[in-house]
Formats: sequence, C-alpha cells, structure tokens
Amino acid sequence: MRKILALALAFTMVLSMAACSTTKKDDPSAKSEGVMTYKEYVAAELDSEVVIEAYVQAKQSWWEDKATVYAQDGDGAYFLYNMACSETDYGKLTQGTKIKVTGYKSEWAGEVEIIDASFEIMDGSYVAPATDVTALLGKEELVDHQNQFAAFKGLTVEASKDADGNEVAFLYNWDGSGQDGDDLYFQASLNGETYTFTVESYLCDKTTDVYAAVKALEIGEKIDMEGFLYWYEGVNPHITSVTKAK
Amino acid sequence: MRKISLCLVFAMLFSFLFSGCHGSRGLEAFAIPEDFDESRDYEITFWAKNDTNKTQTRIYEKAIADFQALYPNITVNLRLYTDYGKIYNDVITNISTNTTPNVCITYPDHIATYLTGANTVVPLDELFANEKYGLGGSSLRFDSPTQEEMIPSFLEECVIDGQHYAIPFMRSTEACYVNKTYVEKLGYELPEVLTWDFIWEVSEAALAKNVDGTYRLNGQNVMIPFIDKSTDNMMIQMLCQKEAGYSNDRGEILLFNDTTRELLNTIAQHAKSGAFSTFKISSYPANFLNAGQCVFAIDSTAGATWMGSHAPLSDISRDKFIEFETEVKMVPQFDPEQPQMISQGPSVCIFNREDPQEVLASWLFAQYLLTNELQIAYAQTEGYVPVTLKAQNSAAYQTYLSRIRDDNSTFYDVKIKASQLLLDHVENTFVTPVFNGSASLRDAAGQLIENVTKSVKRKETVDNSYIEKLFADVSSLYRLDQIGGRASISVDREELGELPAASVALLSILAIAWILILFYVLFEAIRKKRM
Repeated sequence: MRKILALALAFTMVLSMAACSTTKKDDPSAKSEGVMTYKEYVAAELDSEVVIEAYVQAKQSWWEDKATVYAQDGDGAYFLYNMACSETDYGKLTQGTKIKVTGYKSEWAGEVEIIDASFEIMDGSYVAPATDVTALLGKEELVDHQNQFAAFKGLTVEASKDADGNEVAFLYNWDGSGQDGDDLYFQASLNGETYTFTVESYLCDKTTDVYAAVKALEIGEKIDMEGFLYWYEGVNPHITSVTKAK
Repeated sequence: MRKISLCLVFAMLFSFLFSGCHGSRGLEAFAIPEDFDESRDYEITFWAKNDTNKTQTRIYEKAIADFQALYPNITVNLRLYTDYGKIYNDVITNISTNTTPNVCITYPDHIATYLTGANTVVPLDELFANEKYGLGGSSLRFDSPTQEEMIPSFLEECVIDGQHYAIPFMRSTEACYVNKTYVEKLGYELPEVLTWDFIWEVSEAALAKNVDGTYRLNGQNVMIPFIDKSTDNMMIQMLCQKEAGYSNDRGEILLFNDTTRELLNTIAQHAKSGAFSTFKISSYPANFLNAGQCVFAIDSTAGATWMGSHAPLSDISRDKFIEFETEVKMVPQFDPEQPQMISQGPSVCIFNREDPQEVLASWLFAQYLLTNELQIAYAQTEGYVPVTLKAQNSAAYQTYLSRIRDDNSTFYDVKIKASQLLLDHVENTFVTPVFNGSASLRDAAGQLIENVTKSVKRKETVDNSYIEKLFADVSSLYRLDQIGGRASISVDREELGELPAASVALLSILAIAWILILFYVLFEAIRKKRM
C-alpha cells in the first residue's frame, strides 16, 4: 500500500511540475486586460497615451531616475526613452524581464518611441531571437521592424574617411571628431549598396566585445552583425555584436 | 572608576571631534608661485567640448601640440565631449573623488555649482594681473592678450561673486535661420528685425494645406513652421525682452510670474495648431529647415554650419535637401528698437590642486587658448566670435570675414553671417545671474515650454489651473523651492544648508557631556563640603 501511495504521490508531483513549466512558458504576444497588442500600438496616434507589455531586451542608459530601454514582444519592438525608473529598479531590468509600460507614443527624427513613461515589473520572461533583416536593407519595409533585435549577414566592411582624409574601417563619432569611448561609426555594403552602422557607446561602451570587434575591423572584411534597429533620419542600427561572416 | 569613565567619554568625544575636522578639510587656496618650476614634468587633463566637428577636434589637438612644443615639461591630455551637460555631470561626479580635470570647458552657471566645494575652482584675478604669468605676462612663451585686449563684456560674464572664475573661450548667440524663399512665397516681406508677432503670423499661414492633405507651402506631409532648439534660451530671452522676472543678482527665483503665464498661453496656442515645436519634441531644427519642412529655425550661431540649402554639415541625406535662400536674423523681439539676445559660448575654468606648480601649468595652457591663432581658427569652425580684441581686430580675422561666400566650407555664408550678427550686436547681448542653482533654473525655464507644448499635442487643456500646477511641479522637480534668497557662491551657511543629523548628534553629545561634567564637579564639591 505504501509503495502504491508513494508512486501516486510521485506521479502527482511530476504532473504538477509539468503543469508549472507550461504556465511559465510565456506567450510573448499575449496581453493582460487593458493592454494594447503590438498592432494596436502601431495604429495608435502619435502623442496619445499607450499601455503596452513587453520584455526587456537591452538597457541603454540610466541617469537621474530615467532609463532608456529596448523592449520587445512576440510581434514587435518598443524603444522606451527616459522612462521613470529608480536605480534599484534599473538593476532589476535584466534581459527578458517582462514589464508593463504606460506612456506616450512619440516620434523623434523618425524614431517611434514611448516617452514620459512609467512601468511595473510583471511575471514572465522572453528573449527575442534576432530577426534576419539583411534582405530588407534599403527597402521601405525595414521600418516595420523598427527597434527590433535584428541580424545582418554577409556584409563587407567599407572604407570611411577620417579627420585627415585617410581611409579607415571605423570612425569615432560620425565624422571622426571623437575619441576612444565615443560612438563608433562604420560602413558595410551589400549588393553594391553601403549602409552605416553604429556602436552606441551608452548601449555598448568601450569595455564591450562589440566595441573591441569594431575597432579591429578591416576594410574588405566580411561580417555578420546583430543589433537593434534604431532610427535617426533613416535606419541607424545600434550594433551589439560583430563576427566574421559564416 | 567614575574618573576612568569620564576620561573615556572625553577621549571618545575628542576623537569624534578630530575625525570630523579631518573629513571636512578641502584643498588649500591656490597661491601663485614666484616662478614656474620648469625642472619638473607636469601632466594635466583638459576636458573640452566640440560640436561634433572634426575641425574643432583637430584645432584642439594642434593647440596642444604647439603648446607642448613651447613647454616640453607639460603634457596635456585631451578628453572630448560633445555635450556641456555631460561635462557638468562628470565634473560633479569627479569633485567628490578629487579627480576633476585641470582645465575644463564650461559655463559660469556650472562653475557656480562647482564652487560649493571649498577651493575647488581657482579664482583667476590674481593670475590675470601677475606680472610674469598673467595676461600678457613677461615670462610667457607665447603672445597672450593683455586684460585690456579681452572683450570686456565677455570677460565680465565670467565673474561670480565679484571674482573671475573663468576666461571666455568662444562666444556665440542664438540666431533665427529663415527660409526667406518660403516667407516671400507666403506673401510676406522679411523685416530687418523679426518680431514675435511676425513669427507667429507667418508660422500659422504656413500651415495651409492642399486638398490631398499635403502642405501648400512645400507639397510635403511634414511642416513645422517654427522650431526652437533651446527652449530655456527661448523663455529667458522672451522674459528679458519683456523686462519680466527670471532671477536676480541675489539669487531669487522670479520665473513663475504673470508674464511667464502669458507667454506660455501664447506658445501653447501655436503648439496646438502645429505652428511651433521644439528640438526635444521633434528633432534638430536644421534637419527640418534644410528639408523644406520649417520656415524659422532658432539655434545657436555655433550651429550655423548645419543650416541652409548648402550646409556643409548635415544629418539628413543630400537628396532630402531643397533649394532656398537662407537669411540669418536676430532672434525675434518684442521691441525691435531695443533688441535683446543671449550671450553664450564656452568658457574655461581651472580646477585647484595641492601642487600650485601644477595649477600654474594649467593656467599657462588655459591662457594659451586665448592666442590669436587658436582663437581665429576655432571661431572659423562655426558661427563663433573670438573673445579678444586682439584676435577680432587682426588682419587674419578681418580677411576671413570679408571672404564670405568664397567657398562652401571655411567661408560658408550662413556661418559668417551668424558670426557677423553677434559682432554687430554685442551691446544687445545679456547673460543671466549666476548662482548655485542657476543651472537648474535655466532647465526649469525650458521645461515650462516643453511641457505646455507636449500637453497641447496630447490634447490636454492648458489653462490657468494647468499653469499653476506646472509652476509647482517644475519648481519641485528642479528643487527651486529650496534655493530661494541669496544662493551665494562662497561656502557660507546658506549653501551648507541644515546641519547633518550626525553633526547635530555630535553637538548634542558635547552639550550633554559638559552638563554632566559640571554636574559632577558640583556634586563632588558639595560632597566634600559635607564631609
């Protein structure tokens, strides 16, 4: 009898554990009541209040109780600019953390973002895979992926001109006016078209692997990249990793 | 036993007292050495700001190389910033760790905050006047301007609490960059001096649309007729022109007044129609101006190379540019007969060190930034003007000004017009009072405009009760309610504020100890008397 009871208990535990693991696996597109779907967010007018749920993908900066964060759900991405956030809460915003954000939809130089926002941390976790947007470079549809974690594959590093007119693989700041620690700008081409990529120093500072990798780039080198599809007067990807093309 | 206990109490109290003294001690005030000791090597740091402009970076680098050739025992390490606010934040952080730069590009408003630390920033008056190393000094290895050769008003801007704490490096003002072609297309003639009434009227007219929803003026889907880059300057200049309160020399906050209310209501009205927006809300005015999506773009004269159909610098692709005639005007005025515009631009301060020789080395480099070659070269990078008469009156600078339109880079017409605007109107410039908290007040002034503009875009009602709440919120956000009254620069009681709790506790313990001692002595005396 004891053996049967033990077996029954073990079986129940296994079943309950399986049930738990099922509920923990979030549907990143699912929304709580009163929260917009990504489609509804896209349709919302600029300067209107929006309430979204998303998962932190990367933190860009924190200063004076304001955080700037890339977040994403199963359908699209959000750039949360200068969101009210204590330093303690900023520490809790790790990759995958689910948050509910209330703020205003806004646009700055082409970048659609949520500003004047507040947030609360929710249960759940999701890390978005990089969407391969290589084929969309130079096309209008690319904007549909704005702020998403994206991959660019098989591009060739092109020369930029530094302050002295020399050909270099990257520049500190867009025109070469900066120095180590500033944003890195570099160009890479695909099918005869050249695009500009940035290592944003707040998102990835000079201690990061990507910063070192870009400084080590050579003109003509073939590379794969990942990063966030930021927008500034056109697409301006903020790169988080660079590797030799596979 | 009692005596031992008392001794212990005394020992503890004294140790507290001495440790407190030790912790509060700052640097000694700087005293100018008799001679600069050239037998030693010095390494100094220079935190500089450039306008994301590689020519400026190269000028700094060349200046350092030339200076080091003159003084081989001084090494200058350059750290570049593109944002005054970031320099300010980093300096504040570094003051607490005694790792400030030696020489730093800054604004007097910021220095006022730096000065809350004892002897943090070096007062410069004695250095100016020093016979050997002062302005135009006899022992300098370069041709430095004398104090009389500095533009007096620019030098005056560096006075805080009666002392010079900085030297001006470059000066600029704000200008209104106008798409003259559009103004005339709308049927208006551009006046010599822009008025606010004119700006608002033309901006509203520019919003007329075609039946397909595009704007009649540019045939595009985007048109923000008037964009201001710096809303703090916008509010400050409007209040100055109206002779209304902002702050005064006693450090009193006068921003929240009826004129400000009136101005905010007008701004809200034009933001609501879409005639007005700000850099923080929409983006750089230059990008809209050059794409034909803006008629009036207000920005610093130090941003002139980004303005116009043929701007040498741009963040937008060339295919987005449209062709138009760019005019550079004074910022709009309420009284065109008595124009008022802000004076701004980088100044240089020197941070104190334990070693006075190191401070003197810093001063030599700071002063080198005033030499003609550097002043003229840097002024040419943007719509800046040199801060010395020596440079302004030099043949090289006058030739530069006369060669307007000779090319589209060094002699870019919009840039030279912007510099000329300031040169012609130095007497019409003003600065705001500097005190500990004046940097926050400046931010607050801009925040008022940003908030009403955002609110009307969000279809919120901006009325008197909204503005009252806005005043309270902004005052609280920038802690202006804690500044009030004289916020003097020297380390006085008001700046130190309330005593910290630990100090109050220590003083209380001391008082209690003395009472106990007196009580003990009295008690012993009575006891002995009875015995």
